[in-house]
Formats: sequence, C-alpha cells, structure tokens
Amino acid sequence: MSEKINLTCIGCPLGCSIEVIKNGDEIESITGYTCKRGHDYAQTEVLAPVRTVTSTVRVKGGVNPVVAVKTRDPIPKSKIADCMKEIYDITVDAPVAIGDVLCNNIADTGVELVASANDQEL
Amino acid sequence: MNNYSERDLIIIGGGPAGLAAAISAYDTFKAAGIETPSILVLERDKVLGGILNQCIHNGFGLHTFKEELTGPEYAGRFIDRLKERNIEYLLETMVMDITKDREVTAMNRKQGMFTIKAKAIVLAMGCRERSRGALNIPGYRPAGIYSAGTAQRLVNIEGFMPGREVVILGSGDIGLIMARRMTLEGAKVKVVAELMPYSGGLKRNIVQCLNDFDIPLKLSHTVVDIKGKERVESVTIAQVDDKLKPIPGTEEEYTCDTLLLSCGLIPENELSNGAGIGMNPVTNGPKVNESMETDVPGIFACGNVLHVHDLVDYVSEEAGNAGAHAAMYCLNGDKAAAGDIINVTTANGVRYTVPTVIRPDMMGDALTIRFRVGNVYKNCYVDVFFDDERIIHRKRPVVAPGEMESVVIKKEMLEGKKIKELNIRLDLNEG
Repeated sequence: MSEKINLTCIGCPLGCSIEVIKNGDEIESITGYTCKRGHDYAQTEVLAPVRTVTSTVRVKGGVNPVVAVKTRDPIPKSKIADCMKEIYDITVDAPVAIGDVLCNNIADTGVELVASANDQEL
Repeated sequence: MNNYSERDLIIIGGGPAGLAAAISAYDTFKAAGIETPSILVLERDKVLGGILNQCIHNGFGLHTFKEELTGPEYAGRFIDRLKERNIEYLLETMVMDITKDREVTAMNRKQGMFTIKAKAIVLAMGCRERSRGALNIPGYRPAGIYSAGTAQRLVNIEGFMPGREVVILGSGDIGLIMARRMTLEGAKVKVVAELMPYSGGLKRNIVQCLNDFDIPLKLSHTVVDIKGKERVESVTIAQVDDKLKPIPGTEEEYTCDTLLLSCGLIPENELSNGAGIGMNPVTNGPKVNESMETDVPGIFACGNVLHVHDLVDYVSEEAGNAGAHAAMYCLNGDKAAAGDIINVTTANGVRYTVPTVIRPDMMGDALTIRFRVGNVYKNCYVDVFFDDERIIHRKRPVVAPGEMESVVIKKEMLEGKKIKELNIRLDLNEG
C-alpha cells in the first residue's frame, strides 16, 4: 500500500514542496526537490525523522524555579511526547550547570537529558 | 578599579552583542600592548547573556561554533570568554543617558547615580517587541495578551504557563518557537495568523514548530477583535486584501484565554537619540560606517540596536567588528576623518544596508555589507555597482525579507578607484 507524504524542505528559504511516495519502509519516489540537500532531507524525514527536544525542568532551591534542558542528541520524532512526559516529572537540586546529566536514557531512546543553562543556589 | 569616573571603553548592554564587542575590544587592546584594558560592560538585568537566556531552543552557533547550541549555552561560551579575560562588568545597572562627549550616566542600588567619562562607547542595547498599543488592535483590554517574548520568559525562566488555549498573531520566529513551546507544555495553540502573504520566520521554524504539531498558519490574516472583560475569552481573525485591510465576511472567532503577539522587533534607541546620533529611518537604528561607528565620533553600535538580526552568529561577528574598531579608536583617535567617503545606497528591492558609509582608508581587507530585501523574490541576482560599473552579479535562487543577505567587498576591488557611490540592488529580469 503506497502512501503519499508532502514535505516542505528546510534546507534554505526556497522551501521546496517535496512529495514522497512510500511503501512501508521503502521509498518509491521523491519529487519536487531542487538540490541534493532536499533529496536527503526528504529521505531522512520520511524514514527516520529526529528532533532535539528542548524544555525546562523544576529546580529545588535555585535562583530560578526552572532550568533549561535538552536532549544531548536528536531523538526520534515519535518519542517527543514520551520525552516531555518524563521531563515533566524531573526535579533537580540547585546548583545546576550547563552539561549536567539529568537523565541517562530519556524516554528509552538511549539519549541523555542534559542541563543547557545554569542555576545557582538561592 | 572601583572608582567609576573614567574608562577607555564603555559597552552598554551585556547580551550577545555587548559580550562579543567587549571580548574583541579586549583582544585588540592586548594586541596593541595594553596590559590591563580599561573596559566596562553595563547590564541592566541580573545576569549577562541578554535575551539568549530565555531562548532555550537549539539552532544557535552553527556558523560560530560549527555545532547547534541552545541560547543559554551560546551565551555561556561568550560569558566564559569575558570572565577569562577579567573584563569588568556591572549588573542591575541602568544607563540613563549618554552624551555626544561620551559621558555615560548610569544608576544601580550600590553606586546610586554616577557619571563615567569614556574615550569610546559601544551601543549594544538590543531591541524590544512591538506591543499591542503599537499595533492598534481593536477590542477589549483583558488580561491574557502577551508579547511572544514575555510569554517565553514566563515559561522558560519564571517557570509558569501564561495560558492554556492560545492564538498567536504574527509568524516571526519567536511566535513560531512559542507555538511549539506552549504545545509541548500542554497548551492548545489554535492558530497562527500572519498579516503578510509570507511568513517572517525561518522555514525550519515553520516546519518544526507548526507543521510538526499540526498548528495551522493563516497567511494574509489579522486579528480584528478581542473579546473578554477580565481575561481573553475569544479572538476573531479575518483575511486581509492586498492593501492589508480586513475583508468583511471572512471573520472567524477562536475561543481562547491567551493571545501572543509576534509582530516585529524595534531597536531600542532612546539613549542613541539622546546623544543626537543620526538614525536610519528604515532600520530604526543608527547610521554607521564600515567600522560600525555612528555619526557621533567614538560612539559605535552593533547587534539588534543597530538593525534586527535573525541569526545571533551574525550579531557576534558584527559586534566583534564594532568592539575592535572602538578599541582602535581609543588607541589612535579618529585618524581617517578627512579621507575619502563612499556612500552605500540601495535600489530595486533592497530595503537597507549596514553600513551606509565606507571610508576605504579605514576598512580591513574585506568588509561584509548586510542588507534586507522587501519581498520574496525567486531566481534573482544581487548586483553591486561602483558608481555606474557593475562589480558583482551573484545569482540567488531565492531571497526573502526574513533572511538577512550579505555581500563581501574586498579592499582590492576599491584600490586605485575614486568611487562616490556603492549601490546594492536586485536584478529580477534574468533567469
């Protein structure tokens, strides 16, 4: 069963509309791209889209009540909601420094959640 | 150094522009053999880093560090460099006034009000968001209307959600980023309305902040009514015609408790105006020459106070240039005042340039001229004319108002020529 997916390329301001025909994990055709970057983007975006998730977690005893966090590497797009749920349950103690690992394996992706900002003790 | 009466260089603002200017000025002083450069950064917030502290999304630093950083991480790297150099800074210090003679009046809780004399000043005050008042949106005035940046601060720094059901007016990058951020935190973003027929935001943000979460973007739409007495209860949007006037009959009412505004940024130039600095009416920032120096000798400008940028990497680069030239000014004075002057002008689709004046004697080996276009153009050429002679003719598959463009002028191109005017324009006829 073939499936048609429409994408907007993010490679440059041109924003080409790309159409991908996919059958399961097989790409049957990619059309509408105008450069190699567009072709590669469409391929990744259809087969295994990933995103870096950035958010905040609660801090106990810090100057600010929350501190910014990010997944150290991009995670599968389908895991974003699970990732946010786990982030919501995390509370850390101040001080927090950029790069501190706050979770070793967020949403079972094998990717670390790290602090991306500093928060001093109050 | 605790006596705040004199410094060689004062930098107003400790955001990305101020930090980069301070670091590069320090290195310039050091290279000239100055043991302890006399530089002071004045910052009104409690921390250095400016707006980057609340921009927790990633995508910063691709040009500068060849990796994707979040805002606080990008700022952190520059703050570390500032601290390694022991550059002096004052926090929670508000600059009240600057004069043509480079006297800076500032105040804070410790020192009270004080005036410092400087040999040179770098303006790095950044910009602020266009407010509801400036937009003239009709309707009631309930709680629940925020600028996108205010909402960003509330969520990312203060740690609370300003609302649960959201309509966003304006598709600038902060608005798009906040659409995703509010969604991830459990809010429902119902629609993003954009007055223009194109988005002012980066393509990447449209895809990753709106499309990823199925948030509709309505181009050529604006807010025509806000309802609710205590708190926003609904927002009505309507389609606009090609003169940007709402079309009767196209109204759609969205129930919501929050309206976010992401409708453009305005350089914050009250201090510049007080010093009588000449402004560019297109950018709302000072007019500057190749050294990022305003028309008041010894006062330099960089970052979003000069013109609004879309990438912080370019802010850092431009600010580094301003800082180095400000340090040179402290060391050498204004040597080139009597030299040749080339005016940089625009035509055909190019809205403005920074700088607007080039003194060939003062420029380095290469000078980056940054500019913005007024509309989306496909398959055009960027042309640079030296008086009547076309020097650069560069094909661009697409240019857009939301993405800053640049051309590089090499010193050797200017050598042996008497040029009065350098004109940057688009050629739309070919291709």
